[in-house]
Amino acid sequence: MSERVTNIRLVGVGGQGILVASEVLCDVLMASGHDVKKSEVHGMAQRGGTVNSDVRFGPKVFSPLITQGEVDLLLAFEEMEAVRSLPALRPGGTVIVNEQRILPVAVASGKVAYPEDIAERLRRRAGTVVAIDALAAALEAGSSRSVNVCLLGVLSRFLSVADAAWESVIRKRLRERGLEANLKAFAIGRAAAGPR
Amino acid sequence: MKTTRLLSGNEAIARGAHEAGVRVAAGYPGTPSTEILENIIQYPGVYAEWSPNEKVALEVALGAAYGGARALATMKHVGLNVASDPLLTASYTGVNAGLVIVNADDPGMHSSQNEQDNRHYARLAKVPMLEPADSQEAKDFTIRAFALSEEFDTPVLLRTTTRVNHGKSVVCPGERAEAPPRRFERNLQKYVMVPANAMRRHAVVEERLARLRELADATDLNRVERGDRPLGVITAGASYQYVKEVLPEAWVLKLGLIYPLPEALIREFAARVETLYVVEELDPFLEEQVRALGIPVLGKERFPRLGELNPGLVAAGFAGPRRETAVPPPATDVPARPPVLCPGCPHRGFYQALRKLRAIVTGDIGCYSLGALSPLETMDTCVCMGASVGNAIGIRRAQPPDDKRPVVAVIGDSTFVHSGITGLVDAVYNNTPVTVCILDNRTTAMTGGQDHPASGRTLAGAEAPRLDMAGLARAVGVEDVLEVDPYDQEAAERALRYAVQTGKPSVVITNRPCVLIDRSAHRPALAVDLERCTACGLCFRLGCPAIEAVRGEDGKVKASIHSELCTGCDVCAQVCRFDAIAGEGA
Repeated sequence: MSERVTNIRLVGVGGQGILVASEVLCDVLMASGHDVKKSEVHGMAQRGGTVNSDVRFGPKVFSPLITQGEVDLLLAFEEMEAVRSLPALRPGGTVIVNEQRILPVAVASGKVAYPEDIAERLRRRAGTVVAIDALAAALEAGSSRSVNVCLLGVLSRFLSVADAAWESVIRKRLRERGLEANLKAFAIGRAAAGPR
Repeated sequence: MKTTRLLSGNEAIARGAHEAGVRVAAGYPGTPSTEILENIIQYPGVYAEWSPNEKVALEVALGAAYGGARALATMKHVGLNVASDPLLTASYTGVNAGLVIVNADDPGMHSSQNEQDNRHYARLAKVPMLEPADSQEAKDFTIRAFALSEEFDTPVLLRTTTRVNHGKSVVCPGERAEAPPRRFERNLQKYVMVPANAMRRHAVVEERLARLRELADATDLNRVERGDRPLGVITAGASYQYVKEVLPEAWVLKLGLIYPLPEALIREFAARVETLYVVEELDPFLEEQVRALGIPVLGKERFPRLGELNPGLVAAGFAGPRRETAVPPPATDVPARPPVLCPGCPHRGFYQALRKLRAIVTGDIGCYSLGALSPLETMDTCVCMGASVGNAIGIRRAQPPDDKRPVVAVIGDSTFVHSGITGLVDAVYNNTPVTVCILDNRTTAMTGGQDHPASGRTLAGAEAPRLDMAGLARAVGVEDVLEVDPYDQEAAERALRYAVQTGKPSVVITNRPCVLIDRSAHRPALAVDLERCTACGLCFRLGCPAIEAVRGEDGKVKASIHSELCTGCDVCAQVCRFDAIAGEGA
């Protein structure tokens, strides 16, 4: 990891555990000695709207917001939200996408179509795309609520942070949220991303 | 090793207030300020309350300060409008113990009805205003604000914006220091603002402001950061971070005390650089004051007045004159994902019944504002907290004789207590036939579920008497007060149809709690019988996220219910004319 600031954006839909995931990520980065800032907007998170969380780390971070087109790692909890955030991604950047579709009401009611060319669009902009069915992985781990931690497992392969830091933060932060399922979901995500 | 923590600005303000020995805190929920009180209540040694509205909150905090306790009031920007009455005279009385008012602005309107720039309140009230740029400063400035408040005997405004309130950055926590003990001392000339006393206090305010101007030039709350180009930037708050991000080589005058301004320091700084910029969100508040000193400066011709700034907009401003509008075009062509009422939300059933009346519906601030969006579209106005009732009275009084549409106000429980009651008193007093619907979901839902006087609990989680809103309506003189189950479409429609034809003010109160606070009330999911479904599409008009379109074998778009999302509220089953929706196994 270079001395410059690394930009991670987590995107998805209210209720997917995005804010908890970004909390865990920030704790891990802090424990690894980085300056960390994160920015997100509350208020609509429980109303089915789009949720974004920007996490930036490095020797010294100023802006809590990532400049458009400078996201290094895009962690998308939902396919369409990955596409929505593509203009924020640095050309050649990395996208980790959960192959889950959550339909906005206009789509659910058949008024508008869900985009079908998602994989292609992601490949056109990103240098690396890792797709995973995190919901299936979470269910395999024992809880549908572990989608977020499974995706952190994938992300962990792209950050030079010690395994132990992840485990200790997950143990501390998610003690009361089904720890075993979360640790398992993390391991599945990490294995799915393959060695790097 | 120092123990550091990653805190949001709101957590840091709560921490700072704790360390400063705050003993009383009061506020009303409002994004992005809400979490400050929710954090303060976690600390020992403080009395903290949700007040019915911001005016009461500030009056409580001011009273506590008079009484000798360091006190904090928290609110969002539009909340300070409500509290502006006590603020402007609190400036005259001064405080005794420290009083800090946290004002959270929302540039970009992430969750607000306007993006007013509340820095103007500092000037209007002639009180000092501090603005932190990250969480460490949020904590430190809160502590400094208490000290300033006592040193200058003035309320102090701590102004934040969404990115500081909800952004997280590293904070070094300290220890609590109890404030020096004080008590209420009778002082009629200082605390009783009748004209003769207030006239003398106005002179004190002006003299205090002059001393604060001197402080502004001397305090380390304002600092100059050296650069290596002859280019200078005056900035504060979140904007400071964007400037440092995109132009690390510039000279920066970073203001922490943003009112009154350090005039000598600004002159000195301007003389050092060839080009001077002011980078600030919303209004040219700093810029106009710098111009008033006779100093040429680049500001709003480079940086937008609309919305919030970000590193990209700041970089573009330094690069050259602004061309495009501040509102960015949609980034991609993927379908929008607007916020929606939750599956099973009692507001949905209410709106479904109400829309059959084809009434003029004045709305208010809360989750139910989402009823204005497609496909419900059953709300015609939304202005500010409590406005629905007064708006309904006005529209009713303006209606020409041939306009027979009923006029209905829709207001939530927390909003009704906040500022709907006086409107209802007006309707009765002047006998204006409007129907006020109180959508009582027993919580302040939009801000995340805070308690209020009609919810039965306090901020500390203690049981409290539940304000009887039906009894209150009767007490102010409403004869027809109807309580309805919004899930029961027939009953709800019947009650509404009765209420709007009495020729007098009437009140309808719904009785289902927010689905997010009482999950035990959820019932088994419903399902669609695809053989009975005729693809009429009526259920889609409810806008329920649990109802999804499926293409049947005959190519028709039929409904399907997402069993994980459905709470079994039954409204769609009642709406269906073909009995195609029922409980599993029914």
